[in-house]
Amino acid sequence: MLSDMSLRDKQDVSIVLCGQAGQGIQTVEFLLTRLLKLVGYNVFATKEYMSRVRGGMNSTTIRISSRPVRALVDRIDILVALDKGAVGHVEKRISADTVVLAEKQIIGDDFERVRDNFADVPFVKTAEDIGSKVYSNVVAVGVLAGLFGIDKRVTTDSVRKFFSAKAGDIVENNVKAADAGYKLGTDLAASDKVRFSIRPDADVKDQILLNGAEAVGLGAIAGGCNFIAAYPMSPSTGVLVFLAKHAKEFRLIAEQAEDEIAAINMALGAWYAGARAMVSTSGGGFALMTEGLSLAGMLESPVVIHLAQRPGPATGLPTRTEQGDLELALYAGHGEFPRIILAPGKIEDAFYLTQNAFNLADRYQVPVFVLTDQYFMDSYYNIPSLDTSHTKIEKHIVKTKKDYKRYELTENGISPRGIPAYGEGLVAVDSDEHDTQGHITEDLDLRTKMVDKRLHKAEGMASDAMPPELVGPQDYKTLIVGWGSTYNIINEAMQDLARDDVAFLHFRQVYPLPKETQDFLSKAERTVIIENNATSQFGKLIKLHTGIDIERKILKYNGLGFSVEEVTEELKGLLA
Amino acid sequence: MDSKVFDMGDIDMAWCPGCGNFPILKILKQVLAELEIEPTKLVVVSGIGQAAKIPHYFNTHCFDGLHGRALPPATAIKVANPGLTVIAESGDGDMYGEGGNHFLHTIRRNPDITNIVHNNMVYGLTKGQASPTSQLGFRTPVQVAGVFLEPFNPLAVAIALDASFVARAFAGDAEQTKEILKKAITHKGYALVDIFQPCVTFNKTNTYQWFKEHCYYLEDSYTPHDRTEGFKRATEKNKLPLGVFYINPNKKTFEENVGIYRDDDRPLYEREPDIEELRKLIESFKSEK
Repeated sequence: MLSDMSLRDKQDVSIVLCGQAGQGIQTVEFLLTRLLKLVGYNVFATKEYMSRVRGGMNSTTIRISSRPVRALVDRIDILVALDKGAVGHVEKRISADTVVLAEKQIIGDDFERVRDNFADVPFVKTAEDIGSKVYSNVVAVGVLAGLFGIDKRVTTDSVRKFFSAKAGDIVENNVKAADAGYKLGTDLAASDKVRFSIRPDADVKDQILLNGAEAVGLGAIAGGCNFIAAYPMSPSTGVLVFLAKHAKEFRLIAEQAEDEIAAINMALGAWYAGARAMVSTSGGGFALMTEGLSLAGMLESPVVIHLAQRPGPATGLPTRTEQGDLELALYAGHGEFPRIILAPGKIEDAFYLTQNAFNLADRYQVPVFVLTDQYFMDSYYNIPSLDTSHTKIEKHIVKTKKDYKRYELTENGISPRGIPAYGEGLVAVDSDEHDTQGHITEDLDLRTKMVDKRLHKAEGMASDAMPPELVGPQDYKTLIVGWGSTYNIINEAMQDLARDDVAFLHFRQVYPLPKETQDFLSKAERTVIIENNATSQFGKLIKLHTGIDIERKILKYNGLGFSVEEVTEELKGLLA
Repeated sequence: MDSKVFDMGDIDMAWCPGCGNFPILKILKQVLAELEIEPTKLVVVSGIGQAAKIPHYFNTHCFDGLHGRALPPATAIKVANPGLTVIAESGDGDMYGEGGNHFLHTIRRNPDITNIVHNNMVYGLTKGQASPTSQLGFRTPVQVAGVFLEPFNPLAVAIALDASFVARAFAGDAEQTKEILKKAITHKGYALVDIFQPCVTFNKTNTYQWFKEHCYYLEDSYTPHDRTEGFKRATEKNKLPLGVFYINPNKKTFEENVGIYRDDDRPLYEREPDIEELRKLIESFKSEK
């Protein structure tokens, strides 16, 4: 039975929906996060799922709060268990305070494990009464909408809109399911057994809600991307899908290549002809691109590479997360040539950094990585907006003269980049070592000059490197270091720790390493690095470039992202 | 136009005296001049190998990329600026071996490019190993007992994929090869021209004389519009036909299919993103999309 203390006074509720792949958990996540935001609740959602189309167990965590929430927590306040096995799947996260909403008959023996704080909600029976158990997920949408006091009309309208492409009776049955669920939810709310006190914020209503994949896609458009070639691979596919969906309105070419090798070679051809191109891939796919990356280095071609990391080696855990490919991005490609690696931490970063990646690539004629991961790709939260007023497309293309030389030796290593049929010159690029005109050469003195020229660009790139962000006191004694997708998690853990002698240094550009790095680190009495990998790849990079060895490491590599509690506990242990 | 506009003057060339690449280069320059294609409007994309050095030996925009990877950039260059004439040119090892997957899928994608393959049935630059088109029994330092892999048949594969233009020529016959190349370059859509070419250093079997004895031209009465017939002729083995085997003029090109040129023929480099439209798209994330 439910104890009526549940969730009372809570201003930050964590809901987990768990069921089999194919049960429509994603639909619940999609509809509910949007409905909650429309009411003015701050929301965060992230999912973990198995690499299969049916069966297995998937879960989505949705946080609803009076204040902005942007990170995964372990804690479950409300568990919606849609199938047998769901309770077991998230058992480590269930506490005595977790309220379980499930259908006793459906979850079977699992009931005994959660009986103390259980509300029997007939998700499946209600759906079956409407016509089929496939509507159970929308019953769940209705239940949670009712429970959180979302307007009934808004709820059913949104369900109707979501299913509008389906046949009429399917739309109506889903609306009925939402309606019936809504009643169950309001009853539950009225029973006074599940209560909370989250305050809606009028400002949130007008905010935007998007995930990492969408933010990278929007950033690409803002960067002037007009060509994406990619081969589908989790968790990077979202960017290709997003750009394909908007290809028509933004006049861009979104091509599914036959393999990743074709994808990057297409992108290089596109840049050569004056387009602004990107590829989107994950570790295994990027491994296939490495020869093409090296070609970009030799041709001095710009290219933007979105690399969404997942655990390897090889196929690894296809739908899970890791920060395990930093060294791959850093050292991929034979030969020596410069590159830039950006790693967004916030949703906003994904937009601004991806946008800037195109300008940086064009300015320095180098590959620029946007390094994300599954956790980042699949996490949503509301943010005020994305600013397009400063969007600037830097095109570094010159009109060629008759005597144009693509690889003219210059002081800063950057040769003005011409493209075919813009001007009177001929543009020759070559994967062989080449002369200033771009034609094959084995003049070894010239070879040295060309290597120096290519590497010389790194100086400008280093001075352009975006500084890390310091969160917390300037006069810190302990400095926590993180990069990329862990930003919000570590940030929230820092708030929970509430220590005035601890600060957090977040890197959204990991290479070239920002010049401020050394100073920030040497000011600290002790340093801790947090990485979602097994070997502290960023720690090694910092040591290589600053000589500073960050000895205390918090590393996680089981395929899941960090939770706020995990980081908080680990830090408490280290700082004790 | 005089074909001299393509001459680079006195340059150091890496081809052996008597190499079949020389006549192909000469023929190509003549064809381009006769078609009035300016060097500044022409991009030649190649891979790696002796044939792939061709864009370094005449005046053209040149993208000499990776081994086997000429077709993906050629496709992208054409779609990024459809006003360019794009030729993807390399040898048999490059196009059919290392780049085999791109060969298949470029045919499916059907960009309006010409794919010229110098087919000498041997690897030259790596010194004489078998290529995908080496004939059965061909002995090399690696295939010491003779080739036993079924030779790759590029024409039959292309016709099986309903390629929009499929032809074979012989470097030893300048006049006919010129005519075939002209048709290929002016054809709208992907056009394959496989050109038999002797390697005078590493292939002592498939010589000029051998090709003369083993090749013949498709009859004047042959019409290249029947896919089954084209496939049949492409699979002939004792005597090897030359000429245009198959044309499918009804295929939309990749550039047409991507849709961005329907009402705007500006190449991508002249375009700017629609920031107002982007602002609206960002706004749309306020409600469900």
